Amino acid sequence: MKFLRNTLDKAKHNFEEGGKYHKYFYVYEALDTFLYSPNTTAGAKGVQVRDAIDLKRLMMTVIIAMTPCLLFGIVNVGHQHFLALGQQATMMDKIMVGLMQVLPIVIVSYTAGGIVEAIFAVFRKHPINEGFLVTGMLIPLVMPPNIPLWQVFVATVFAVLIAKEAFGGTGMNVLNVALTARAFLYFAYPTQISGEVWTYLPEGAKVVAGYSGATPLAIAAETVTSGGNAVTQLSGFGAGWAEGIYSLQNMFIGLMPGSIGETSTLMCLIGAFILWATGSGSWKIIVSVFGGAYAMGLLLNALAVNPFMALPAHYHLVMGGLAFGAVFMATDPVTAAQTETGKWVYGFLIGVFTVLIRVFNPAYPEGIMLAILLMNVFAPLIDYFVVSVNKTRRLKRATV
Amino acid sequence: MSAETAVQEVKKSEPLFSKKNRKLITNPLDIDNPITVQVLGICSALAVTTQMKPAFIMALSLTVVTASSNAAISALRNTIPSRIRIIVQLAVVSLWVTLVSELLKAYVYDVSKQLSVFVGLIITNCIVMGRLEAYAMGNKPWPSFLDGIGNGLGYGMILMIIAFFREILGSGAIFGFKIFEAAGIHYQGNGLMLLPAGACILVGLIIWVQRSINGYREH
Repeated sequence: MKFLRNTLDKAKHNFEEGGKYHKYFYVYEALDTFLYSPNTTAGAKGVQVRDAIDLKRLMMTVIIAMTPCLLFGIVNVGHQHFLALGQQATMMDKIMVGLMQVLPIVIVSYTAGGIVEAIFAVFRKHPINEGFLVTGMLIPLVMPPNIPLWQVFVATVFAVLIAKEAFGGTGMNVLNVALTARAFLYFAYPTQISGEVWTYLPEGAKVVAGYSGATPLAIAAETVTSGGNAVTQLSGFGAGWAEGIYSLQNMFIGLMPGSIGETSTLMCLIGAFILWATGSGSWKIIVSVFGGAYAMGLLLNALAVNPFMALPAHYHLVMGGLAFGAVFMATDPVTAAQTETGKWVYGFLIGVFTVLIRVFNPAYPEGIMLAILLMNVFAPLIDYFVVSVNKTRRLKRATV
Repeated sequence: MSAETAVQEVKKSEPLFSKKNRKLITNPLDIDNPITVQVLGICSALAVTTQMKPAFIMALSLTVVTASSNAAISALRNTIPSRIRIIVQLAVVSLWVTLVSELLKAYVYDVSKQLSVFVGLIITNCIVMGRLEAYAMGNKPWPSFLDGIGNGLGYGMILMIIAFFREILGSGAIFGFKIFEAAGIHYQGNGLMLLPAGACILVGLIIWVQRSINGYREH
């Protein structure tokens, strides 16, 4: 460790004013502060907030909160792979298969985002932003395990460039960057990110008899045309090769096909707990997204025109990416509503729109991505109204 | 040529392509671009640019319509009562649009099918109306004609840039020629570029690049 510090210190003069690599000072600075706490501190006098938590530490907390999802995702990718092939496998085998699929996506995502960040940092002469630490991890977690790596690369470059740098960099983006990457792939290369792509199957693999890669949401959506009861369809799915894979309990635990990190509601809730305990994410948003989805589910149950609408509301909470989106995407402090009342409205509407899109739009089986992106755009408007309502209320109270 | 000489006789004082007149052509290409600076004519820029061929025909049609209606309205400008000027302008523009539309149907039928309503909609294109109101109503026919040509070219230039990227990224082709296939490379088309949203993003990128080059800022 001492050696690393010494090397950094020795190289420092090259990057300082007048040094030969001064142009790349911010690359050096980013590396330095990533590895060590900066040794410059705020002065003893003044009104600054004194806190050890800078942006990098905050981002690391969010990464730690995502780790359960990532680890579970790695195991689950392997698990689904062997399940579809109808083979028994040890835990080690599952982890190995999972790592082989997931790690390259993580590496490509960080590389692509890092390149764009570094180029902009050098051109715009600002420090390299830490914002990508979280985005670079979120992107792999919302990808199917089979996604071609070049698509991950293109999508990441697109998202960082269009959704973030075009608006002025970290903290200035209107849309959630990770979801922009996913939305880009969703519209640009739909064949690799929609339909039955959620289980990693090598080319020419022989699947077990009766295998189907349909997701719970697809099965539920099918009942609109084919009739039947959505719950029995779900619990009956996988008979012969994966009994009860879409039972309520298993969907909560998350051993089912899906994007790498989003299948497990349980792991998302652990992440939510970490975010709440460390104060990194707004619990109001998380609670209100679930609340909104549940309320919309109940409303549809009351109408119940088709079997999908009759699906019990709590099923919506464990199916698809709702939990992951609620915990890690909707709580993004930059793109969410800033006012405390606004956060309730913002989260609630995300939940409502998610279920609305799921049930009524046959083209989009899952709605959380589009719902969050839509509400990202509306977040400033929500804040505006919350602030102006507060203003009028206080003006009325004022006696002068 | 005869039209040009006729104009030359009327105003001998100013050469045909004086510096001021040249600016009428060059300004709309950059600092006064109808799409990227004035942000007009966006709907057709998003709608007809999935391929280069229809975009080219569209740009050509708009240039013809803008230039000729500019010249015509400018010639009529002192006789048009200002209270009914919009309806008079529309009548003149629709004459040219109908002509262009019939020509397209006669000679490039498939493209005119592809452009469908958008040729007809040139009548309501903001660029045409905008130039008539902003320029032709207050200037002589020849500069108005040049102004129409300039704005048509400025529009066409952006249209062609958008269409180039949309066609090459969306379907791997240029003017319908599949270049990636010809080179033996498998190319998977980018579906986003075929959607109007892709064109909207491209317009944004073009504005970004243009403004960082010429330093234009909105006031």
